[in-house]
Amino acid sequence: MALFGYDYQTRRRREALALFLIRASAVLVLAILGGILAFIFYNGFSAITWDFLTQFPRDGMRAGGIFPALLGTLLLAVGSLVIALPLGFGAAIYLAEYARPGALLTAIRLGISNLAGVPSVVFGLFGLAVFVGVLGFGRSLLSGSLTLALLVLPTVISSAEESLRQTPQSFREAAIGLGANRWQAIRQVVLPAALPNMLTGAILALGRAAGETAPIMFTAAAAYTLALPDSVFSEVMALSTHIYNMATSGTHIEEARHLQYGSVMVLMALVLGLSLIAIIIRARLRRGRQW
Amino acid sequence: MVTATQTAISAQNVDFYYGDFQALKNISLDMQARKTTAFIGPSGCGKSTFLKLLNRMQDMVPGARLAGRILLDGTDMYAPEADPVAIRRRVGMVFQKPNPFPKSIYDNICYGPRLIGIRKAADLDIIVEKALRAAALWDEVKDSLDKSAMALSGGQQQRVCIARALALEPEVILMDEPTSALDPIATSKVEDWIQEAAGNLTIIMVTHNMQQAARVSDFTAFFFLGELIEYGPTDDLFTSPRKKQTENYITGRFG
Amino acid sequence: MSGPAKTTDNMDAKAEPRLLQPRLAPSEQSAKFIFMICAALALGFMALIMVFLFKAGMGLFLANYEGPGVSLTDFFFNTAWYPTYDPPDFGIGALIVASLAVTALSSIIAAPLGLGLAVYLSQVAGERVREIVKPAVELLAAIPSVVLGFVGMVLIAPFMQSVLDVPTGLNLLNAGLLLALMATPTVASMGEDALSAVPKELRDASYALGATRWETIWKVTMPAAVSGLTTAIILGLGRALGETMVVLMVAGGSAQIPTSVFDSIRPLTSTLAAEMAETPIGSHHYYALFAIGVILFLMTLCFNLLAFFISRRWRSMGAR
Repeated sequence: MALFGYDYQTRRRREALALFLIRASAVLVLAILGGILAFIFYNGFSAITWDFLTQFPRDGMRAGGIFPALLGTLLLAVGSLVIALPLGFGAAIYLAEYARPGALLTAIRLGISNLAGVPSVVFGLFGLAVFVGVLGFGRSLLSGSLTLALLVLPTVISSAEESLRQTPQSFREAAIGLGANRWQAIRQVVLPAALPNMLTGAILALGRAAGETAPIMFTAAAAYTLALPDSVFSEVMALSTHIYNMATSGTHIEEARHLQYGSVMVLMALVLGLSLIAIIIRARLRRGRQW
Repeated sequence: MVTATQTAISAQNVDFYYGDFQALKNISLDMQARKTTAFIGPSGCGKSTFLKLLNRMQDMVPGARLAGRILLDGTDMYAPEADPVAIRRRVGMVFQKPNPFPKSIYDNICYGPRLIGIRKAADLDIIVEKALRAAALWDEVKDSLDKSAMALSGGQQQRVCIARALALEPEVILMDEPTSALDPIATSKVEDWIQEAAGNLTIIMVTHNMQQAARVSDFTAFFFLGELIEYGPTDDLFTSPRKKQTENYITGRFG
Repeated sequence: MSGPAKTTDNMDAKAEPRLLQPRLAPSEQSAKFIFMICAALALGFMALIMVFLFKAGMGLFLANYEGPGVSLTDFFFNTAWYPTYDPPDFGIGALIVASLAVTALSSIIAAPLGLGLAVYLSQVAGERVREIVKPAVELLAAIPSVVLGFVGMVLIAPFMQSVLDVPTGLNLLNAGLLLALMATPTVASMGEDALSAVPKELRDASYALGATRWETIWKVTMPAAVSGLTTAIILGLGRALGETMVVLMVAGGSAQIPTSVFDSIRPLTSTLAAEMAETPIGSHHYYALFAIGVILFLMTLCFNLLAFFISRRWRSMGAR
């Protein structure tokens, strides 16, 4: 009995230690996230004014605002989704609904998930060579959007395909059993059920595209533009590259710190805001799901 | 008018394969119009496989192969020129698990009629009421037609699915263990409906519940290991089976 | 249903069974066709990326106007990377070591932290706390890398310099810490999925035998999910390996083999980002960057294939 008692206490102590470490890891991650958010908010908040959001940079980036960069980031992100969404959703529908299962489909899926893991700077390299160089689009909104579109395409396809696969097979059977053809079943039953999830994936992709730096550094972004873009062939500024440039290659890095913090805060608000929206929508969907 | 013993669906020497696996062996069976036919047999005996052949749902299964003929009202539903979509409008299906769409009750019922181009609200209203009445559900849901069908109880959902199939006014309704996912009360409501519909509609159902087959069907077919062992009027089959295997099964000695 | 008809049927029936296939109406054919085009385009683009990378990467090893091509041994095992010298050196040995070092360092932190979080989320946290922590982890994953790089420059680097008294705060350790932060959410969410997929019956059995919660987690749940957890760590490493902006901004940038965690390093990705803009098209330097791109691609491929085969084995073992 004494032996058991001792044993039991050791085991309990070991458990308490392990659970403490596990909880500590959660607290640590929350603290780091909170710390980063607080640090940026604390330093960046004073820089955020209406002028900051609506003016051009002035005095060699030491003063003024970030309007062209903000606009450029939005244009690039939206531009990339305009290209990636139709293509990605279409491809996902084909893969989930029409393609025959087999080794080929598995290989295609593996290829897609592999491309989702390829470093974004490699996409930038490709974009620089092909869109900027070979196709002659130059450094432009178009080249940048295409590069970002390729970058998010694998993620868009696999998340959309996943949403389609989660739609119960019984929906398709019921529609087919009522005399719908395949396309009618997809359009009228499967897609409406899967669409909210697919769009959540799209919002996440939008956030990712807005926050990326390496792929647009050499395909779209200029350090400074005198005017707003007037066509898809214009160079644009972008928040992420603006932050990078101000923090690393300005001649007045210290003087412009408050503007850097301000830009970081705007970028964070944009990207995390989009992610948060997606996370909330998804949680709602999961809770409200009826199948 | 047709006579009481007209054949609705006739299967002739049907062999069926999933890839290399032969799931059905030389099935020949005439199912009577405006009667209820039940398929019974142990799990994996091919009864559901056979049922799904009767409105070409097996077309969806990759690698499915068929030999033999299945005639719907005298014409081969697997002939090259036959249109599976048109066949499914004439032969409706109710599935094992209630599978309403995540839409309103009203839109669920209208799904089939809208597919064939019925758009006018007035027409659809009539169809919905008729179908729901026929499925004995009208009184329960008439005030909540725009509620999601997903919010109904399991038994109500299954009757929505029945109504949804009836809205197309099919000649035949196939039911694949329609009450296996339902509680006893809901089961008895569906069984009541089957008995009421008998005489107007050809019903072909798969069930693993022999009492259910005995209660509601006019004819019963017993399947075992992909073969049709015995087929006849339900009363005869249950009281004086001709085959030893049938007797063993209905007396509960296996399966 | 006449007798004679039946006999002819009989003969038909003994013929070869026909393959049943969903036949598509013309209107459907066009829908299918459009989606097929989408899939073909998307896959085509992706294939194009690979082909283009490999083709351009080959250029480094061929002679051009600058002189003879670089040999494969030089490329991999030479540790001197002086692409703009005359004659240039295109040895990526130091860059590869730098990439591996920073990835390894980050994984030392990210693997335990990520697994701890995964266990917390799937086995320990109550429903309400979980609904706060899980989105927080997802938000952490969504922070743009340029922002983390910025934090590394303005916060961690000066801190390191003053507290640890090192010559520069832009070094291997700084980059490793930030990459760990980026890899942790990947390990945590994928690990959580793997742990949650372990059947409840298994855990119940352990509890019923008198195991504590921790003993159940450590001896039953985690072993049952071990392939999934391994996959999670591998993919987390993959993310750290491919990350560009953080290492570009805080790793220092010297192409040398690190001897301590306070050394400045230049991983493969930051080399690409730093040099991409100013290389003349068609030069060996230009091709060398593509060759680096190929190396990164192949490394990612190895990580993914490893993860794929491990998770497949895991599935076939039935321990979902």
